[in-house]
Amino acid sequence: MSGIFLSRFRENRLAVLGAGIICALAMAAALAPLIAPFDPAAIDRRHILEAPAPSHPLGTDDLGRDLLSRMLYGARISLLVGFVSAGISTVVGSVFGAIAGYYGGWIDRAIMRFVDIMLAIPTFFLILAVIAFLEPSIWNIMAVIGLTSWTGVARFVRAEFLSLSEREFVLAARSLGASDIRIMTRHMFMNSLSPVIVSAVLGVASAVLVESGLSFLGIGVQPPTPSWGNILTAGKANIEIAWWLSVFPGLAILVTVLGYNLLGDGIRDAADPRLWRGGRGPGS
Amino acid sequence: MLAWLAKRLIDMIPTFFGITLISFAILHLAPGKPTDVLTEMNPKITPEARLRLEKYYGLDKPLHEQYVLWLKRVVKLDFGESFASDHRPVWDKIRERLPVTINLNLISMALMLAIAVPVGVSSAVRAYSLYDKITTVIVFIGFAAPTFWLALLLMMFFGVTLDLLPISGLKSMDHDTMGFWGKTLDYARHIALPILAGTIGSVAGLSRYMRSNMLEVVRQDFITTARAKGLSERVVIYRHALRNALLPVITILGLSVPGLIGGSVIMENIFSIPGMGQFFYQALMTRDYPSIMGVLTIGAALTLAGNLLADVGYAASDPRIRAR
Repeated sequence: MSGIFLSRFRENRLAVLGAGIICALAMAAALAPLIAPFDPAAIDRRHILEAPAPSHPLGTDDLGRDLLSRMLYGARISLLVGFVSAGISTVVGSVFGAIAGYYGGWIDRAIMRFVDIMLAIPTFFLILAVIAFLEPSIWNIMAVIGLTSWTGVARFVRAEFLSLSEREFVLAARSLGASDIRIMTRHMFMNSLSPVIVSAVLGVASAVLVESGLSFLGIGVQPPTPSWGNILTAGKANIEIAWWLSVFPGLAILVTVLGYNLLGDGIRDAADPRLWRGGRGPGS
Repeated sequence: MLAWLAKRLIDMIPTFFGITLISFAILHLAPGKPTDVLTEMNPKITPEARLRLEKYYGLDKPLHEQYVLWLKRVVKLDFGESFASDHRPVWDKIRERLPVTINLNLISMALMLAIAVPVGVSSAVRAYSLYDKITTVIVFIGFAAPTFWLALLLMMFFGVTLDLLPISGLKSMDHDTMGFWGKTLDYARHIALPILAGTIGSVAGLSRYMRSNMLEVVRQDFITTARAKGLSERVVIYRHALRNALLPVITILGLSVPGLIGGSVIMENIFSIPGMGQFFYQALMTRDYPSIMGVLTIGAALTLAGNLLADVGYAASDPRIRAR
């Protein structure tokens, strides 16, 4: 399977592009202290709101700080929030979905009722409310985004488990005396792995978007820590005079989200056996 | 059908209580009390006065009693008095702002459908052609662009560079002197940018969805039958396939309600629109508990109403469900 998967994935140029974007971003974030031309926090009152020029490739902000350096450090925040939030929602969603799908009955009904309730709450309102009350720190943001976005994962892991629970290999494992935990983790979860990975990758993209929105509103990552969202707040304040403060951070968010979406779709298409036989799948 | 509807309505009740309970618990378990804000503003306030305030708002009672008290009042649409300096009833404030947000969202939804459906259908009909590939790329980019960034770019281009459209509020200064058409045009000019910014992202998602629905439907047997009968391709696509591909879109529209409501916080903030989103943001910043709970509750009610409407719409347009 992995051979077919890899060759199908490589055929999909957009997916490879997505993977490339993500690698480049991860490198930029990891190497930020080495490649950033300036200290992202260095205030320089003589060079306030300067347009992009060789000395400051992306210009400077309202405190004279170098925009490129701030964006490189901002990439660290975006990627950290994206990964941790998506990780939390994937784990929580998988556990709830697996338990609901495996045990069924009242446990399933209770969990699914809870999922319905979570789906009916305007999530962004809830995230805003919780973070506004809990002091906006990066750890709170990651926890709250993760804990409010697991319902999708829970739903399809449950559906997957429901359909797997009567399959021969599961019955075989059970008749051999395997424990519930072992059947759930070793047999059933492993067979629902590819949609879980896809949703985790897409989850990173949406967490990056939510974090930038929160930071833009001033409820996310707090200045002076640079994040793409809070740089855009300065962009809005200076929208009539400093286009670069609005254009570049937004472009960075767009490229990041695009990268994860392309990668997620690519993995989905490459892992879907229904698309193996026919011609090229959608998105190729 | 009626029995189905009744069951569906009854099913919503525990969900609604669940939502209010979760919101209530989260807000009240968070550190800090609403009276902190009231008393911090006024350093001269004595501990006794502070206790009196807490008693007045019922904050000295245990949490479950507060919830029951609050719930009893909510049934009568009494969300209490805002903590803001005007001390007006929360419901009055919501009632003023709700139509603004709902109007904007309905207009963007209509615009989104009007663009996304034809784009999705035409790229499905010409799947894997150059046209399809170009729209796919545009759709992916539109889907990844943060809405508030699109809003900033539109503001910068149409508002600042071209100086063509207003970038904040819903009315011009001289609004009151205008006639009916003047007022309508004024409103249209003010909502143009927020609507455009809000529509781009959602068009991307929906047209993609529409495309894959069409591709799925076109593969089915009844389409082959329709073609075999000798029907023209136009009739096959627009009468037989489109109807079936449109059905799931109704559900998607219903599910998109919480996202639209949530998105209004950012959009109304950027364009200074006096709607629910801006109200919610201001309430959060001042820890105005009654207002926050009021908006959360109305938001949940709108979401449930949206889901219900979608279900009813789906049932009404699908004979297989109607018969049940």
